[in-house]
Amino acid sequence: MNIAVCIKRVPDSETRVKIANDGKSLDAAGVKFVMNPYDEFAVEEALRRKEKAGTGEVAVLCLGPAAAQETIRTALAMGADRGILLQTDHIPADAIEVARTIAAELKSKSWDLILFGRMAIDDYNHQVGPLVAELLGLPCVTAVAHLEIEGAKGVAEREIEGGIEVVEFPLPAVLTVDKGLNEPRYPALKGIMAAKKKPLDVKPVQLGTGSFEIIALTPPPDRKEGRIVGEGAGAVPELIRVLREEAKVL
Amino acid sequence: MSKVLAVLEQRDGTLRKVSFEVVTAARRLGVGGGSAVDAVVCSSPGVEGCATAIAERAKSGGYGAVVFAATATGRDLAPRVAAKLGVAVAADVTDLAVEGNVIVATRPVYAGKALQKVRVLGKPAVVSVRPNVFTADVQASQVKPETLSVAAPGRVVVREIKAAPAGMLDVAEAQIIISGGRGMKDPANFKVLEELAKAFGGRAAVGASRAVVDAGWRGHADQVGQTGKTVSPTLYIAVGISGAIQHLAGMRTSKVIVAINKDKDAPIFKVADYGVVGDLFEIVPKLTEEIRKLHG
Repeated sequence: MNIAVCIKRVPDSETRVKIANDGKSLDAAGVKFVMNPYDEFAVEEALRRKEKAGTGEVAVLCLGPAAAQETIRTALAMGADRGILLQTDHIPADAIEVARTIAAELKSKSWDLILFGRMAIDDYNHQVGPLVAELLGLPCVTAVAHLEIEGAKGVAEREIEGGIEVVEFPLPAVLTVDKGLNEPRYPALKGIMAAKKKPLDVKPVQLGTGSFEIIALTPPPDRKEGRIVGEGAGAVPELIRVLREEAKVL
Repeated sequence: MSKVLAVLEQRDGTLRKVSFEVVTAARRLGVGGGSAVDAVVCSSPGVEGCATAIAERAKSGGYGAVVFAATATGRDLAPRVAAKLGVAVAADVTDLAVEGNVIVATRPVYAGKALQKVRVLGKPAVVSVRPNVFTADVQASQVKPETLSVAAPGRVVVREIKAAPAGMLDVAEAQIIISGGRGMKDPANFKVLEELAKAFGGRAAVGASRAVVDAGWRGHADQVGQTGKTVSPTLYIAVGISGAIQHLAGMRTSKVIVAINKDKDAPIFKVADYGVVGDLFEIVPKLTEEIRKLHG
């Protein structure tokens, strides 16, 4: 089974966001970058599917700056076979440009599965996976939390408002995966050593600017200072009063 | 701005609350109020069939913008439609304006730690709006969407929908969220939060911090925060949650935040409008009792 996993390098979720001097982007100074947490589930799922099939390869694809080689090495240390970095310092805000670049690279081989995390925790776009699927003409299931594959047919469960949707789809397919699909492995020392020798192909890419123009990145509005209404269960009547009379939410 | 296409959602033949928010957001983009907005629903069990039908309608109708809800359904559907139209989605938008005939969308990024303002120059502009943000200003009777006919459902077909237990709301859409953290001490103790949620009479959902989801106490569907759901309810009650930055990012756009925590120095109190310091196992049952009285 040949599986491509598309991953992204993102600021760690504990990052305190500081706006850069251009007023439009993140000040990356001092920011710790990690593999997008949802992509870890995608890498893990790919490894398990390949292990089960007993043949094939897991290739990891990342679009990002030179430093994203480190992110790819993490996936290689988990067990992926090879990496491809589509190297650019400028990722446009327009996800269709990103999707076009990724789709063009993925066309070079026929994949049984192409996996993405269901979203990236930086831009919250939730869409590069399904955009790539459309561009490649492949079926796509998003936010997969449970997956069964028998031959060329898959059954996936995905969370929707108020329930779980069970969908059937044919392979090859693009899937975006949710937390809960599996428990990603930690790279063992042996894997980390092996990852250093695995192939990592660096391909410079130029992306179009697309049709989204960022005009500002601003901190969220401050919440007005709150207050402690009291201590213990005795404070509950006062809490009820302020929620009714001041906040008017009850 | 030319005409706007609003893509609505329904369940069991009834429009969902978020659909009225979509119409409200779409109207902001249209000139002359409601007349410029056309509403459609697609009830096919296949997302591919719906995507094709909506994209064809968007093309043939010459719409300047297409608006979706950023729900599980909308997030699944909108990118497919957008790709067929050759554009991307301005996703999870919390504010919309038209400036000089160009749509300007505001979207929370880094889980709400920053707001990105973006000019959406695509033709058409495809936008998805976050639930609970746009206050619906339309009467249900005014919204009569056209049901799109779908030629073929496509390759991805819904076989079954397993409904969540009756009375359980999704945190992304609930008006009131009561979230528990490590301070709950044991998964069984979430019962006290569920009791409080019930007291609100079907408007409340129980959420959870990352710590308790990672510990397996609650399902990931309930997780609020940067690696879970970003929520904007009317009332958010954080119980036994210290307030890690990734959690605060996910709930800071709530209208009113109440924190209940035994540690008066917990960071959660810095974003809370109202705090109660003390033992949650004494405070929450008392709160449940008082809320029951209000609704009784």
